[in-house]
Amino acid sequence: MKRMVFTMAAKKGDWVRVHDTVLTPAQRAPQVPDDTKAVPLELWVKGIAESDAEIGETVEVVTLTGRKVSGELVEVFPTYSHSFGDYVPELHVISCQLRSILFGGDDNE
Amino acid sequence: MSNAVSNPAIVDNSYEAVMSRRNEIMKKAVGIDYADFESGAIAFDYEKMMKETGYTLEEIQKIQSQTSVGNTPIFELKNITALARKYAAPGKGARIFVKDEAGNPSGSFKERRAATAVYHAKRLGYKGVIAATSGNYGAAVASQAAMQGLKCIVVQECFDSRGVGQPEIVEKARKCEAHGAEVVQLSVGPELFYTFLRLLEETGYFNASLYTPFGIAGVETLGYELIMQMRERVGKDPDVVIATNAGGGNLTGTARGLIKAGAVNTKVVAASVNLAGLHMASDTMFNKKSFTTGHTGFGVPFSTWPDRSDVPRSAARPLRYMDRYLLVNQGEVFYITEAMAQIEGLERGPAGNTALAAAFSLAQEMDQDQIIVVQETEYTGAGKHHASQLSFARNNGIEIVFGEPKTEVAGKTIVIPENPGMIKAVDMDMTKLRKSLIKNAIANNKIEKLEGVSDADVAFLAAETKTDEAFVRTALKELF
Repeated sequence: MKRMVFTMAAKKGDWVRVHDTVLTPAQRAPQVPDDTKAVPLELWVKGIAESDAEIGETVEVVTLTGRKVSGELVEVFPTYSHSFGDYVPELHVISCQLRSILFGGDDNE
Repeated sequence: MSNAVSNPAIVDNSYEAVMSRRNEIMKKAVGIDYADFESGAIAFDYEKMMKETGYTLEEIQKIQSQTSVGNTPIFELKNITALARKYAAPGKGARIFVKDEAGNPSGSFKERRAATAVYHAKRLGYKGVIAATSGNYGAAVASQAAMQGLKCIVVQECFDSRGVGQPEIVEKARKCEAHGAEVVQLSVGPELFYTFLRLLEETGYFNASLYTPFGIAGVETLGYELIMQMRERVGKDPDVVIATNAGGGNLTGTARGLIKAGAVNTKVVAASVNLAGLHMASDTMFNKKSFTTGHTGFGVPFSTWPDRSDVPRSAARPLRYMDRYLLVNQGEVFYITEAMAQIEGLERGPAGNTALAAAFSLAQEMDQDQIIVVQETEYTGAGKHHASQLSFARNNGIEIVFGEPKTEVAGKTIVIPENPGMIKAVDMDMTKLRKSLIKNAIANNKIEKLEGVSDADVAFLAAETKTDEAFVRTALKELF
């Protein structure tokens, strides 16, 4: 279990995330706007590493549906970091306002 | 993907080559030969397509009940109604109800579409399903694939070129993975469709498109249930059913269900978040919007040209059923989402509350004995929450202020109404939308002169736009 923390290298059999370039800027669709055309179309997918690899090296993975995908190793034991974000003071203001309009705020206690 | 195509006969995987074989890929991946329903230059037999490739309402109800989809409760939003009446003229302020579609297994109405699509895929013998979606539909397909024992790939547009992901989409990826789906994440761009086609070729899986007849038929139960529930509860049909509009399937399916329930006098109103001015395929604009769906960037193009979807003929054709189209801004939807949590005790996802924000405004035009039903809610959670979205917007340089919502500039500001009385939905010009559909039909079918439009085409366009042949002929004259 010790290896289940941030690490720069994957062992064969580890759950990892890889990155690949699908289309280079020159290969992109003609209708995309200029800012999008200036950058490649990139892809990320997770799978089980088929061999040992360091972050940044190319590695083949087997995805959840059994596909083999080759790409640059970007994360070992990938997890989620999204959240409810920073405190949003405006929501507090709305909450107080609604209670005041509907229920008379503190006068109602 | 680089060397992944299993068919050795296919060698050219350039963007152009893959796109040029899209029709044959789709035919294999959807199991429908759309040519069967084509009848003229513009016209095709929509009802025949819905009938022959779809399922009856009873069949859909049975399919959905096998995976606990549907039969969601309807709540009366008494405090939100009371709040609207504070700002309405005497006697005004319709009762607002909401159908709590968050109660479906994966947390949104989209599971009604997914249930039938996955059922259909399994029946046809496909081993897996693929859906191209950044939204609730991916979670719904993943959930259904989990229950029905198929493999599942969800392809989503998630990151900008800095690698920054929309929190709502990142959350959706997590949810898809929670149900065992493989999630293929892409940077910004319409070539998502290219990747999607290549995955269909590689795997031979079913395209669980949002726009197939069975997907749309899946939503008919929502409209039908809603009417049955309201008749039982208040003894009459609602005056208005309001649906958040993006790709058009929500509104189309619901409206068809209303008709099947015999609710012919109920008006069908669309609502979208106004993101006018933001280019949807732009890398630098991608993270400047706080709504990834339910906005005009999908709602307007898909209403005025439904066949831009991932199947040759979309079963979602919202202008056939739409009576009005209301726009609200991001700040207004965030306000009403906070109100749902604070005064109704219902913490739900912001995108699903788009129609509710519009209903809050619309109710004030209507009499107190009239009824509006908002036909969906969606689940909420980390990333997929109005607090996450506001925080993310602020961190991406969007100015968040209290003020007059109409001054909001999508991509630059989010203007939260100073008080709920300032929530005012704005009508889209329906005549303009309808004429735009006719114009697109002419342009996309490469019709060069008026004589190229048959009587059958005129009748079709009248049905497409919920107008009559005189309207269509007048609109056509303006084009040639």
